[in-house]
Amino acid sequence: MGSGPGAHLHVEGTSRLHTVPAHAKLVGLLLFVLAVVSVPNEAALVLAALLAVAVAVLLSTRVAARHLLPRLAVETPFAVFAVVLPFVAVGPRVQLGPVSVSEAGLTAAVALLLKGTTGVVAAVAFAVTTRPRDLVRALQHLRVPDPLVLIASFMVRYVDVIGGQLRRMRVARASRGFDARSVRSWPVLAAGMGALFIRSYERGERVHLAMVSRGWSGRLPVTSPLAARPTEWLVVLGPALAAVAASVGARMVP
Amino acid sequence: MHVPDGFLDAPTSLGTAVVAGGGVAFALVRASRRELDDRTAPLAGLVAVFVFAAQMVNFPVGAGTSGHLIGAALAAALVGPATATLCLTVVLAVQAFLFADGGVTALGTNLLLMSVLAVWVGYGVTRVFLAVLPRRPGSVPFAAAAGALVSVPAAALAFVGLYALGGAAPIPLGALVTAMGAWHVVIGVGEAAITFLAVSSIIAARPDLVHAARGRLPVLELRTPEPVA
Repeated sequence: MGSGPGAHLHVEGTSRLHTVPAHAKLVGLLLFVLAVVSVPNEAALVLAALLAVAVAVLLSTRVAARHLLPRLAVETPFAVFAVVLPFVAVGPRVQLGPVSVSEAGLTAAVALLLKGTTGVVAAVAFAVTTRPRDLVRALQHLRVPDPLVLIASFMVRYVDVIGGQLRRMRVARASRGFDARSVRSWPVLAAGMGALFIRSYERGERVHLAMVSRGWSGRLPVTSPLAARPTEWLVVLGPALAAVAASVGARMVP
Repeated sequence: MHVPDGFLDAPTSLGTAVVAGGGVAFALVRASRRELDDRTAPLAGLVAVFVFAAQMVNFPVGAGTSGHLIGAALAAALVGPATATLCLTVVLAVQAFLFADGGVTALGTNLLLMSVLAVWVGYGVTRVFLAVLPRRPGSVPFAAAAGALVSVPAAALAFVGLYALGGAAPIPLGALVTAMGAWHVVIGVGEAAITFLAVSSIIAARPDLVHAARGRLPVLELRTPEPVA
């Protein structure tokens, strides 16, 4: 229990960021990262300062590092790309220690690392302080079309159930001596995937019938509407405003 | 693999978000008219969970490496392109917001590439193959596999196009096309194989659930034997 794909997404806490309504956090996150992305690539110091802002926000959640660090690993493939970038990009070369690299590529690689990391850190700060259920409520509050909100609500509700099913199927295969080592194991894995689809679909049918028999009308009811006070907006928009100011500033002062 | 923040510049990110929004809006209209009603919203939700879970199944390639399914063409063949777009849209959004997988400003780009382009290219190719192949349920896995084979390099090349518009560093475009294209053809072959095997197993058990197989299933008729005198 508790080790499914949805586990440890959200970590309970009492920090300021935990208590702010989810829709405000979502708007703040989007504006902040958008402003960070719009900073010119040459302004590496500004980007580093914004990364520090994002890290400070993440630390303010007071969530233990063992929950945070594994989450930051999703960035790895692009860190690899960023390391390769200076060697494959064209343009004037600069000498960097023993090797000669593309100047434009080097600038872009540093900016990509800083922007990408800032984005991941900010998104993790949002994710650890927001219950998946509250993300759905925030989407509904922000007038995302109903079918998408519905699909999202079922997704966050059943992701652990289906994840558990997936795990049980893996245990069942392993206990019959199956060991996925090479392409030869694909038919078994793919058949398992087919079985998972049929089980998910049939569960959807059962869930729907259960909902209809309890008076489902086709729309998720809003039981407790989200509302954010001006001070709460200030908390979540603070980093975003700082990033906008930094982005404008970096353009004005080349 | 999802595009992170800062890979494309802000105007390109916003532009792709607008185009992806248009694609999702079209899918919403089409799904509500032709594929979904309020009845099937829970089904679409569970299909989204399935796509999400299917992406976590690791397929070993050998030498310790493994890959996973993208699932755009598979979802399009199973539940229809509009519903597949909606499901992948939700999956990508949840991955961006709750797993930090794929940048939140790059969400529009990721949606455009995977939930709009890969789904509809895959579905288009599947339909072409369905029209050519014999009208048997057994043709459906081949058509779905062809859709999967094309959808992956198509999305990769579209990404190269976006990178040419708003990429961060000047990489020689020809080299990028060759590298991304060749690599994603290989990924596409894997995607096609898994799609073929998965659709085959579903066709064998519940052919009525496969959207692409509609209209080519044998019509079952009720026969009562003549009473023996």
